[in-house]
Amino acid sequence: MIEARTSSSDNVLPPPVERYTVLGWMYKNLFSSWFNALLTFAALGLVYAIAKPVVTWAAMQARWEVVVVNIRLLMVGQYPVAELWRVWLCLHLLAAVAGLSWGIWVRGYRVLGVLVLAAPLAVAMAVSDPSARGHLIAVAVVAVAGFGLGRLAGKRIQRTVLTLWIAYLPLALLIVNGLSRESDPLRIVSSNVWGGLLLTLLLTAVGILVSFPLGILLALGRRSHLPIIRWTSIGYIELVRGVPLVTILFMAQIMLPLFLPAGIQIDRVVRAMVGIILFTAAYQAENIRGGLQAIPSGQYDAAKAVGLSGPQTMVLIILPQALRNVIPVLVGQFIALYKDTSLVAIVGLLDLLGIAKSIVSQPQFIGLQREAYLFVTLIYWFLSYFMAHLSQRLEVALGVGER
Amino acid sequence: MTKEADRTETPMIVCRDVHKWYGHFHALRGVNMEVTKGEVIVIFGPSGSGKSTFIRTLNRLEEHQRGQIQVDGVELSNDVRNIERVRMETGMVFQQFNLFPHLTVLQNVSLAPLWVRRWPKARAEKVALELLAQVGIPEQAQKYPGQLSGGQQQRVAIARALAMQPKIMLFDEPTSALDPEMIKEVLESMIQLARSGMTMLVVTHEMGFARAVADRMYFFDEGVIVESGTPAQIFESPQEDRTRLFLSQILSH
Repeated sequence: MIEARTSSSDNVLPPPVERYTVLGWMYKNLFSSWFNALLTFAALGLVYAIAKPVVTWAAMQARWEVVVVNIRLLMVGQYPVAELWRVWLCLHLLAAVAGLSWGIWVRGYRVLGVLVLAAPLAVAMAVSDPSARGHLIAVAVVAVAGFGLGRLAGKRIQRTVLTLWIAYLPLALLIVNGLSRESDPLRIVSSNVWGGLLLTLLLTAVGILVSFPLGILLALGRRSHLPIIRWTSIGYIELVRGVPLVTILFMAQIMLPLFLPAGIQIDRVVRAMVGIILFTAAYQAENIRGGLQAIPSGQYDAAKAVGLSGPQTMVLIILPQALRNVIPVLVGQFIALYKDTSLVAIVGLLDLLGIAKSIVSQPQFIGLQREAYLFVTLIYWFLSYFMAHLSQRLEVALGVGER
Repeated sequence: MTKEADRTETPMIVCRDVHKWYGHFHALRGVNMEVTKGEVIVIFGPSGSGKSTFIRTLNRLEEHQRGQIQVDGVELSNDVRNIERVRMETGMVFQQFNLFPHLTVLQNVSLAPLWVRRWPKARAEKVALELLAQVGIPEQAQKYPGQLSGGQQQRVAIARALAMQPKIMLFDEPTSALDPEMIKEVLESMIQLARSGMTMLVVTHEMGFARAVADRMYFFDEGVIVESGTPAQIFESPQEDRTRLFLSQILSH
């Protein structure tokens, strides 16, 4: 029930403090009137009606072996088994850098930390392949070691870890792609056989990291005083925004080879990657332009008055404020990019969704679409939610709306 | 040290027949002014009279379209190097403070010395802390502008302008956006600065400030200088009716 606690000193009452018990809360929010009570019961009934068959199906009837048997395909596609250690190496590196960062920057969140670490161990218990199990355990160990080191060294290794983050994606691409055709430990693995979650994640990571600076340049270009730059930027942005991503992907796969001189071939994955980057950059340019327009002219005046040059004004004063103000839309666009990479399945690439599609069309797995697609859905949801959560943490850390 | 002693007759600012249009609106209609080193100039006049526009042409925040402006011997034109030189020698304080909200107070003040003068970080921060002490708020160095009162923000803005060690300080209605009880703390910093021998141009209606430290006053109306003179001349025996009328309006309340 609700209590108002008061004190009578000086005859000045403090504001009433509301305290709830569980029953009190339920009474106030769920059963305050007969109509409210009716709604509560109706909603409970609805939840039960939906949850029961889903849970029963997932636990009793679903034949998850379609996922278990094909887990390697879903994760890395046709990537050669003999070279799989390279993908694992990337994962170990990621675990190390993530562990270090967690140790240095994140305070609290102990339960979440344990859960995140326990996840690879739990998966390790579930997989049958001894090599994969070993690698998964190693991932957890590396992450914990990184966490401990980050805690101990703290601020002293901040710069190193930031450098590692910047170097990570090029390094991972190098490891996955290989050095040259002849080199022994790292021979080239054509991107045509990359697939599954690996392909989805690479498309996403490269897409985000390249489209973002490109978007900034286009946004600045659109506000340039030089007509050529301004009109080129406007033309590009409006052209790309007027075309669906699928069209761009089809163009890249089917039309582009016709324009290239004979003998020059670009991998299909690279073509899809470029399509996604060019598409996202146009949207990010408009999001960033929105942030730029919210900066009052007094900021430009003040920056000029203290003698900053044009580029310095942009980099030190305007962009930090403009980008910070539009973090939610920027991250929203990146989440959209992540999910839109599934469109490459339509032009025949075997990303996570493409692999799932091809698996369920095999004779021995016919009728198991639900299991396969549910698994894929969960993976998409998990990472999307992770990105959204990260964006919120970033906003808090940067004090958006406070200063 | 008296102000008269260290004043020399080198002109810091020379303006000849300065004109400025916004589209068809003729904002400045031939302004002439000469300011010598160490002088404190107060510019006043009704809103829309061009006084803010004029002071903003002096560091090229606004372009003038006719006439000549020389600041410390440097002619202001489209030449970017000249503009950069002038901006390095002039500090400016704005009506709306215009502090950088994403940087701490210390970063606000040390930013320009760090990036424009290329000082090492330790030196830029040391000077910044000294200036914050000079305007009376050393304890706010690690806060963000949004956490300070208006008066404190404006004093940070003064420190930020001074950090570049300018020869000239421009003030564009520095107290107009402040609550009455905060005007005093900002004016005190400005008076202190004036007494230290800084060349200052101040757009303001604070007639107490003008009486205390101004060497000359200029009355602007409709884009021209209607009248100029020492504070004594302006307050005791204004020559023009418009000046008299305007003074009676702002001094009566």
